[in-house]
Amino acid sequence: MKRMDSNISKVNEEKPGRHVISKRIDRIFARLFDIYAFIVRFFKEAFMPPYEGREIVKQCYEVGVKSLPLVSLTGFIIGIVFTNQSRVSLAEFGGTSWLPALISVAIVRALAPLVTAIIAAGKVGSQIGAELGSMKVTEQIDAMEVSATNPFRFLVVTRVLATTFMIPTLMMYMIFIALMGGYVSVHQHELTSFTTYFIQVFNAVTFLDVFSSLIKSFLFGFTIGVVGCYKGYHSSKGTQGVGKAANTSVVMAMFLVFIEELLSLQIITALR
Amino acid sequence: MKKVTSRIDRSKQVIKIRDLRKSFDEFDVLRGVDLDLYQGENLVVLGRSGTGKSVLIKIISGLLKADTGLVNVLGCDLSKITPKEVDALRLKIGFSFQNSALYDSMTIKENLQFPLIRNRRDLGQKEMDRMIEVVLEAVDLSQSINQMPAELSGGQRKRIGIARTLILRPEIMLYDEPTAGLDPITSIEINKLINEVQERFNTSSIIITHDLTCARDTGDRIVMLLDGQFQRQGSFAEVFNSDDERVKAFYNYNFID
Repeated sequence: MKRMDSNISKVNEEKPGRHVISKRIDRIFARLFDIYAFIVRFFKEAFMPPYEGREIVKQCYEVGVKSLPLVSLTGFIIGIVFTNQSRVSLAEFGGTSWLPALISVAIVRALAPLVTAIIAAGKVGSQIGAELGSMKVTEQIDAMEVSATNPFRFLVVTRVLATTFMIPTLMMYMIFIALMGGYVSVHQHELTSFTTYFIQVFNAVTFLDVFSSLIKSFLFGFTIGVVGCYKGYHSSKGTQGVGKAANTSVVMAMFLVFIEELLSLQIITALR
Repeated sequence: MKKVTSRIDRSKQVIKIRDLRKSFDEFDVLRGVDLDLYQGENLVVLGRSGTGKSVLIKIISGLLKADTGLVNVLGCDLSKITPKEVDALRLKIGFSFQNSALYDSMTIKENLQFPLIRNRRDLGQKEMDRMIEVVLEAVDLSQSINQMPAELSGGQRKRIGIARTLILRPEIMLYDEPTAGLDPITSIEINKLINEVQERFNTSSIIITHDLTCARDTGDRIVMLLDGQFQRQGSFAEVFNSDDERVKAFYNYNFID
């Protein structure tokens, strides 16, 4: 029934001669309201039984486990590259012993949450957008609805919960992998031992650094899930609509992740 | 021509629609539709593409909401029931989609099991397997149980789509263009299947089509949707024994082309 209302509101949105300000501005506000309603519906459905435990686990596997190879490779390379690039600058004033501290702060505070979110937006966001978009245009979502299954709960709630909880997990994993990459580089050039390296890493990182990154990652994960599901769930008819849903899911999610990063940076800096 | 089945109980209306109106944008799709479907009857809704045939069954199944008018399905007024009651009602309505709408990521068995897992939590795996066997046998596709939908032909997909709706033993079947995109032989097989479903599962059905062969072979009664209203109604011969140019054109296009 709610889906029906949203369809009808979409139709009304297009009616000529009904614009409050102008067609384009009206459309932006209608879209924003639609997204707001989508998020409100997510929270409503997420906390109401029956819960889709099995499907949530399946989606966590899709989002988390299947992203592990990509996150591992990217994290390790980022650790090595960032260490090598930073070494040049630090070496100019003889500060290469600060490398572990610098790497850890950069990775924990910014690189790991942001890179994990970007990887997830590209891999998971597009997958969710395309999958739901294709289900929408081939009437699979309608088929679910007529068989008395709430498609929003089964498809949207499970995916958004999976991204919200798996992206912070992947982020923590990426921190570890990137630090290992950094260690390989530091050990090779400065002959620093594993213990010394990690003592310096843990001395440099504070609880607030880890905590704020975790909170950011929850937010990024939620954003990626909501954007992918929203775009897929509302994709227009036809295969072109599926491609568009996948593409806009990635672009919009990345854009929002960067804005959230900027805003959270201001808040965390103020807290610090 | 289909023999009118003796199972039709004209004293029992399963669907009653009065003055149903639905518009999209400025376009009035349905302009006061009246319809009655009786117990055990196969009712064919004929009409050109874009005349609102699919909108009609989407309203009946609760996928779309009517602008005005009465839609009473199995004694429930759709405008007055809660979402929970809509879900309960949907278990009694089977909807066979034009493109089958099988879940691509699931095997045929999982497709058939899905409505059972969601709605019949009291059933064990053995009982579910038995019910799957029965519906697969009814659509003559027992061998496809472990295949993926992408591995099936258009006709087989339609059959599995029908099997998936049958698994919950619906009282009403809604077929959206059951023969669209199929070759004539497969279309005849689907028409046969629709009649078999009616006889074996004692369903009442609405069949949306623009295929006159399908209408002739499956319909106990035929209604023709023209200009957003039902303009002709009766047996196949009664409907097409008309001087209306639009009706004649529809007939000629189907049988001469």
